[in-house]
This record gives sequence, C-alpha cells and structure tokens, in this order.
Amino acid sequence: MCGIVGLFLKDPTLEPMLGDMLTDMLVTMTDRGPDSAGIAIYGAETIGNAKLTVQSDTPDADFSKLDNDLRKLVKGKVEMSTKDTHAVLEMQADQLDIARAALSNLRPNVRVMSRGDTLEIYKEIGLPKDVASRFDVRTMSGTHGIGHTRMATESAVTTMGAHPFNTGPDQCLVHNGSLSNHNSLRRRLRRLGVHIETENDTEVGAAYLTWRMQEGATLGQAMESALEDLDGFFTFVVGTKDGFGVVRDPIACKPAVMAETDQYVAFGSEYRALVNLPGIETARVWEPEPATVYFWSHNEAPTSKEKAA
Amino acid sequence: MQSFDLEAQGLRALNSTLNAQSTETNQTVWEVTNPKGSHAIAVGLDAPIEVNVKGSTGYYCGGMNKQATIHVHGSAGPGTGENMMSGKIIIEGDASQYLGATAHGGLIVVKGNASSRCGISMKGVNIVVQGNIGHMSAFMGQSGNLVVCGDAGDALGDSCYEARFFVRGSVKSLGADCEKKEMRPEHIEFLKEIIAESGVDAKPEEFTRYGSARTLYNFDVDNAGAY
Repeated sequence: MCGIVGLFLKDPTLEPMLGDMLTDMLVTMTDRGPDSAGIAIYGAETIGNAKLTVQSDTPDADFSKLDNDLRKLVKGKVEMSTKDTHAVLEMQADQLDIARAALSNLRPNVRVMSRGDTLEIYKEIGLPKDVASRFDVRTMSGTHGIGHTRMATESAVTTMGAHPFNTGPDQCLVHNGSLSNHNSLRRRLRRLGVHIETENDTEVGAAYLTWRMQEGATLGQAMESALEDLDGFFTFVVGTKDGFGVVRDPIACKPAVMAETDQYVAFGSEYRALVNLPGIETARVWEPEPATVYFWSHNEAPTSKEKAA
Repeated sequence: MQSFDLEAQGLRALNSTLNAQSTETNQTVWEVTNPKGSHAIAVGLDAPIEVNVKGSTGYYCGGMNKQATIHVHGSAGPGTGENMMSGKIIIEGDASQYLGATAHGGLIVVKGNASSRCGISMKGVNIVVQGNIGHMSAFMGQSGNLVVCGDAGDALGDSCYEARFFVRGSVKSLGADCEKKEMRPEHIEFLKEIIAESGVDAKPEEFTRYGSARTLYNFDVDNAGAY
C-alpha cells in the first residue's frame, strides 16, 4: 500500500500552516502504511545559503560540536539546528559540497537526508503522528511539501528505506507501488557511476531521475522517460524548489486523488486525506490520468529546467 | 427519515444498523452525514431501503448490496458496488477504479466519469455512466451491460465473455477479442429502458455496441500459440 500526500500552496497566507495541514493529511493515511514516515518541507530561503539535513542514530554524540568542526573546514559560517535524530546545517551555498564531502570523515555514522536551498527532509521508522511530533513538523511553515507513510514490500524497514528520497538539490521523490526491474536498473546506474546506497526500489527510481537530469533532461523529461524505463507499479510525487509533479504508471492501480482551489493544489492517496482542507467542498477534485505528467510551479513562467514537458 | 452522523457514531454502528433492517422495516429512508471519504459505507445491505450518503465515499461503498438503493451525493472511491447482487447505486460525482467489479446484478449509475477497470469481471450488473470511463474497463466481463454516454479508454472489454458494451463516444482501443457489433432493435429497446431508468441524458440511436468475438474463450487449436 503506502500513503502519499502533497500540498502546494498558492495562497501565501496559508504558508505558516503548511506543516500542520500536511501532518493532518499524512496522519489520516496512517493505515495505508505503519512502518516508517517522512515529510519534505520547502521552507524559507536565505539568498546565497543552502541547507544539508542530516540524520544520526546517535545524535548526542554525532551532532555535538558538528557545526564547529564543519566551520573550521569550510572556513565560513555554519548554523546548526537539531531536532531529535536530525540536524539542519545551513551554510554558504558554494561551501555545501565541501561540507558534504568532509562529513563522511568527520562523522561516519551521519547520513545525508537532503540538500538544497529550501528543502528539509525528516524521516524515521514509526507512525506518521510520532514522526511528525519528533520533528515538530506541525510548526513548520513553507510554500509546499510532500509526505509519505510506508508499508515496506521491496526492502527492509530502515530510516534509509523511508521516503521521501532526495534526488538532486531541492528535489525529492515519494513512491507508492513497487518497481520490479530495480535490481537490473541499479546495476546499470552503478556502472554509470551513480551512487545508490540501499537495496530499496524507490531509491533506484530517485537515482534514475537524478541521473537523467544530470544528463540534461528537465524534470518533466525525466519523468516521461521513467514511464519507459521503470517497470512496475508507481504513483510518484516529485518535489522541486518551485513546485511539485505527479506521474502514475500506465496501469495506474495505485490510487491517487487531486484537489485544486484558488488557494492550493493537493494530492492524496485517498480522498480521506483531503477532507479537512479549506474549501474542499467546492474544490475541483479528480484522479490524475495514467502515464501523464502533471506539474505545478510557483514560477508563473517556469524555466526549461523546471517545466514539466 | 433516519439520520446517521458517520463521524460521531462510527462505521461499525452504521453498517450493523443498516444490516439489521429487514424486508418488513418501516425505516425505509436513511441519511448518512459526514462520510468524509470513509471506506466500506453501507456494505452488505439486504433490505429494500434507501441510503443517501451526503458527501464523498472511500473504498467499497455499497459492496455486496442486495435490494437497497444507495445514493452517493459526491464522488465514490475504488471498488464501489463490488460484487453487488441487486438494488441500485447512484453516484452524483465521479467513480474511482474498478466500479462494480464482479457484480452479479442491479444497476449502478454514475453522473460523472468512471475511472479505470470499470465493470471488471462483471457478471450480470448493469452500469450506466454519463461521462467517460478509463482503461481496461469490463476486462473479462461475463454478463450484464455497460452503457457509456461519453468515451471509453484503452482496451475496452479485453478477454470478455457475454457482457455487452454500449458506447456513445469514442473508444480509444478495443481489448483482445472485443469487437464492434451491429445495433439491432432489441438493443435500442434495451437502451431506451435503461436510459429512462438511469436518468442520464442520451439517445439510444447514438450508441455503438461492442462485445466478444468469441474466439478466445472457445478453444480453437489455431489459437494455441496465443494461450
């Protein structure tokens, strides 16, 4: 099963409530998957800065003085804020790669959840309500976000197997379904030098999109070619810095419902996830078509990098 | 009229109350408020009662229905009317995938569109859709009628048996062993009746009939390679 939710706000007055609304939507989907939960929030941007969200199973030891140690290496400002097993490290955007490379030596047990200008990903084993409260997701504001609650089928229940998966800077992916050609695709991508950490099928899907975009495809083109190259069942919701996209496989047996009003575009695995959104009674509600890429952006004229297809 | 607040009173209480109604009940009209996309609303009914659901429903609304009329004043989730035996389900909005799957009898009316796999493995039910239906509809349909006032998606009637399909608009593609058939007076007569009963807007003469070419389910040694 698995449950997916997504919320893209058009009305800035709702932004302070994003975390709260998204958490309610995800908690409603709890019985679609009790194994792990995760949420990606696109928050405020400080121009010139970027964020690394990292995770550790031993946060007390690993996060202690981590900002100091990184500061010495990047020779610049590093702000750290910790939330339970996660920490957000904010620094100058051009120093992020140095910090990330240094991290594996400084703290070998720390895993990178996400990187980007505005994106933060929080995910852990457990129910959505518990994961959301550990990371205080309800208090988070932002422009858009996606969430996932997992019923594991293709790989172990671990933090790294939880969704969302960070694909590229400010990009992330959640998945309902199962990919059947992930082993052969993983071997193919690894031969091409793509880093894939786990045996999880969705990570391969995420790595595939990342690789296609590194090769010059737009997100929309990458999603279109995913329809050709990925075998199996999927409803994907993809987050980017400016918006979010949805694509379902041609069989489309994994459920998906969308709603749009003047204030937001919302996605849910089921209509239940959407019932408490403002104005849902009069919203346009529909099921996304199979094998069709949908995309919404905050940019009125999306650049070719962002444009869906 | 009996009123039931699903949010306050709960699903189990609703279904056990509705299941307890018999043919002799005096409580013939029910209203369910706050459905909020809940699953399994009004399943397994077996009494000639009318249930008005004031909003959208989740999975399996009206599943296994006998005799009852269930009126959804909103959209319906996956598997609505699954294995229905008799009675009626009316959906004012859209219906999600596998509407009326394996249903043996009765009538399902959708005022909006129905999604993929509408009427999959239908076994005698009549389904009338005012709008369009999705791909793989009536897959392995055995008996009954699927009437579509709009368009049909890919692979209509794939591997079907003796179910009949009437489509007013276009058919994106026909499934294996499904073919176009002639409209005879008896088909016009049937459509006249079911259109009137369903309250949809269409004329019988505008429909094209499709059905099984009967080459897949009658074994023919020349087709051995296709099995």
